[in-house]
Amino acid sequence: MLAWTIYISFLGVLALLLPKVTPRAARIIALLTAVGGLATTLGGFLHRSDGTMITIIRVPWIPSLGIEYHLAADGISLVLLLLTGIVAIAGVLFSWNIEYRTKEFFAFYLALIGGVYGVFLSIDLFLLLVFYEIAIIPKYFLIAIWGSTRREYAAMKLALYSFVGSALVLIGLIAAYVVAGGKTMNLFVRPRFPFPLHFQMWAFPLVFIGFGILAGLWPFHTWAPTGHVAAPTAASMLLAGVVMKLGAYGCLRVAMTLFPRGLDSWGFHVLGFGSWRDVFALLALIGIVYGAMVALVQQDFKFVIGYSSVSHMGFVLLGLMTLSQVGLTGAVLQMFSHGILAGLLFAVVGRMVYDRTHTRDLAMLDKMHLYKFIPFAAATFVIASMASIGLPGFSGFVAELQVLIGAWSAFPLYAIGAGFGIVIGVAYTWRAMQKAFIGEAEGTSADHSLPPISIPERVGTLVLIGASLVIGLYPQLLLKLVIPALNSPLFSNLRKESW
Amino acid sequence: MNAFPFISLLTAVPLIGALGTLSFGARNKNFARNLAFSSSIVALALTLVLCYRFDSGSGELQFQELHSWIPAIGVEYHLGVDGLGLVMLLLSAIVVPMSIAASWQVKEGPQLYFSLILFLQAGLFGTFTALNFVHWFFFWELSLIPAFFLIRLWGGPQRATAATQFFVYTMVGSVALLLAFLAIFQCTNSFDFISLGELARNGQLIPALASKLGWHRLAAEIIALIIFCGVFLGFAVKVPLIPFHTWLPPAYAEAQSGTTMLLTGTMSKMGVYGFLRILLPIFCVEMRSVLTHLLWLAVATIVLSAFAALAQNDLKRILAYSSINHLGYCMLGIFAAARFTGDSAALATDKVAALDGVILQMFNHGLTAATLFWFVSLLEKRSGGLRGLNDFGGLRKVIPVFCGLMGIALFSSLGLPGLNGFIGEFLIFRGVFPLATWTAALAVIGLLVTAIFILTILQRVFSGPLNERWSTMPDLSIGERLALLPPIAIMFVLGLYPQLVLGVINSTVVKMVQQVRY
Repeated sequence: MLAWTIYISFLGVLALLLPKVTPRAARIIALLTAVGGLATTLGGFLHRSDGTMITIIRVPWIPSLGIEYHLAADGISLVLLLLTGIVAIAGVLFSWNIEYRTKEFFAFYLALIGGVYGVFLSIDLFLLLVFYEIAIIPKYFLIAIWGSTRREYAAMKLALYSFVGSALVLIGLIAAYVVAGGKTMNLFVRPRFPFPLHFQMWAFPLVFIGFGILAGLWPFHTWAPTGHVAAPTAASMLLAGVVMKLGAYGCLRVAMTLFPRGLDSWGFHVLGFGSWRDVFALLALIGIVYGAMVALVQQDFKFVIGYSSVSHMGFVLLGLMTLSQVGLTGAVLQMFSHGILAGLLFAVVGRMVYDRTHTRDLAMLDKMHLYKFIPFAAATFVIASMASIGLPGFSGFVAELQVLIGAWSAFPLYAIGAGFGIVIGVAYTWRAMQKAFIGEAEGTSADHSLPPISIPERVGTLVLIGASLVIGLYPQLLLKLVIPALNSPLFSNLRKESW
Repeated sequence: MNAFPFISLLTAVPLIGALGTLSFGARNKNFARNLAFSSSIVALALTLVLCYRFDSGSGELQFQELHSWIPAIGVEYHLGVDGLGLVMLLLSAIVVPMSIAASWQVKEGPQLYFSLILFLQAGLFGTFTALNFVHWFFFWELSLIPAFFLIRLWGGPQRATAATQFFVYTMVGSVALLLAFLAIFQCTNSFDFISLGELARNGQLIPALASKLGWHRLAAEIIALIIFCGVFLGFAVKVPLIPFHTWLPPAYAEAQSGTTMLLTGTMSKMGVYGFLRILLPIFCVEMRSVLTHLLWLAVATIVLSAFAALAQNDLKRILAYSSINHLGYCMLGIFAAARFTGDSAALATDKVAALDGVILQMFNHGLTAATLFWFVSLLEKRSGGLRGLNDFGGLRKVIPVFCGLMGIALFSSLGLPGLNGFIGEFLIFRGVFPLATWTAALAVIGLLVTAIFILTILQRVFSGPLNERWSTMPDLSIGERLALLPPIAIMFVLGLYPQLVLGVINSTVVKMVQQVRY
């Protein structure tokens, strides 16, 4: 059933490639496809009372190499599928005004979504990598063709970073394949193979960094802000909302389950680091604080949000490194929450503000007093930014709460550092909000003919805010899937006494 | 335990009112404020029903509601009020309609203005009734955002700086508070104020903190002290205690008077409430270990803010510093009550007196300060925005009723016997003298200086030669007189018969004192 999320998306691509599809029809096809994907996910979601891994389909694909077409979903995949479905719908709604090569735009868009669904469902690692690569290509074109500021540069940078990342992953996985005797790379089977400790010690960081690049792991994050800024609105929403989650998902699903002992202590200390866990936790913390500080000084509204993504993804990675149930749960929740909220923030900045005022310069916006002309955008931005800095009642709070609880026992000083990051987060969102919407500077108030906020934009906003609010008020909906998934045998090697 | 959900209903009323005002108020200005006002009156009526049904003989939490919310991380929907909570609810329910009445003529976007006030009220109601940290924090933060926008969008010329400063300060405090509680949860698996208080009483809290957070081989007491500092910071910024107060004068001065009434009348009480509900039961031991410093902070708050008020020229800033000063007495009472006194019954009585005084003072200050800011706003309306101490003079001759009523409020703030301000301060000093004699003696300086600056206001504004500019200033209209009547009446009633409030809180306070006996 859930496999249909992938098929529906690619069927949508095919439908769009038919001749004689008008732009209007293209939009509707894209919307229907996205809704179909979400409906399928919701169907699967409602059927599941716990989050253990259930196979959807398993057929041999390249038997000689032991590669199978094997899709399966557990609670963590379900949460991310749900995220993808919601952001995909919102993305279509926020690109309703695309007039230039509409058909191709939505075709690439749906291909990207299909690839993402594929990654979240694949349990055979080679299949996972195939989908992972499928997702890279449309990203490139979406930015290079429909993008804005320095789009070719950004698209190229993004593609190169992604390919380097997947190359690292590939090296690690092939090595693992060989070491394990070359029979299968199925995640059901392979984590039980006792990879030698010294092998895990170098394979783990390789694969973790490979995926971490896409998750915005500092210092490999630089593709993210430029990519987000150059991309058209829907693509930024997907990039920040979903594609960065691919990386984090890979870190958790592949690197950490396949090479759990790579996180063990080295047995010696270098510069105060005793294990890869210490190293990556520090990188995550640097990401949180550094991303926030850089966001604080940006002049381009979209760069503020771009760097805030780096900061928020730092919480995901920090949560992963806590290696405790509550921290990992928080990390998964943060993936969901950040996906929704970053999508919303990019929609406000890219669609509601930039498409109307044609500027993202905070100094220019400061003179426009936008809240008088597009109060809906101002209100949305306030809600979204408050939610993303962790206002209780929205999804961001429950997520960061759990990450921080986990961090207190694993890395107490980092918990304090992350708190510092939250405070800077308040400062940069507040600065951006005040400059962009309730500016004080004298100047020509925007030409008073800004087009009003359209219906699709309003619907998209409500969908995203609603999702964040529901999860914020009743996180149990996701927790009841995520926690059993983390307690399933798949993660047994990660569970230590401090779990 | 889960009988009729009175408190949930009470919190829902302003929320619904806020949403209604926001969605239907855009068309018609009058409709927006009428709706907001009536919703605040409904909330007041409900609070009075709650008071009526409240069993004041018992110090236990009443009207409790307990539902599971996020079991995985110990979050429950847990509500309840005792005497302390009830008095705070009553105060918020009284101050909010006053604030709406005071901002009746707000110009820009009345529907947004009034709905923000109601959101703020919902935040207050939630804060004063929630008993689970996460649930409580939700409302604590919820009240912050409307307050920010009320200052930011309707404030005076310096509003941007004032609002940002207010928000960032409070946020730093909140984050510290949040981190501290997460650490506590990590060690005890509980977010519930009541059960954490029990843990602390049984002496299990510090070992639990030390065993889970054994960082860098710090002593258990030091770890507990670090956690305490986080929680303390959150509340100290909110109250505020000197030196965490610098956000307050600009925020109070820049905000519209209706907003300032809410800030001083109710939001500052959130901090004091936090000290009483959370810090005193859970961190009593840590408070004792730094008691001398805390008492010095309280004295500094009382004395320095009184002198600062003396040096101001702007009526709103004088009252802002006077607010800090008045809440300083509350802090003094709370810190003194944390002192370890063993089994001495006499000192326990003193503690009861001090804490009774604290709660009474919270109520009185909320009412009096809100009324005073209301008077300032009326004065501003008449003078075209002027509110300097030296801009007026001799108003007594032109607007006698105004001066008479404002004089009553000023004397209440000064602590004149017979008015409400007196009994709270008296009880605090009555309790604190035996508990912390020297501190109390030093704090008396604050009382004297307060008298000086309040009398200065009376002299410069009301008496003296008439400033001819104002010779045609209109006195209070009938409507304004009627609106001001209830708060003034409460000042007299409570001044003459404080038992009304004391009866409600006494059992709660006795229980509180028993709990900090260990």
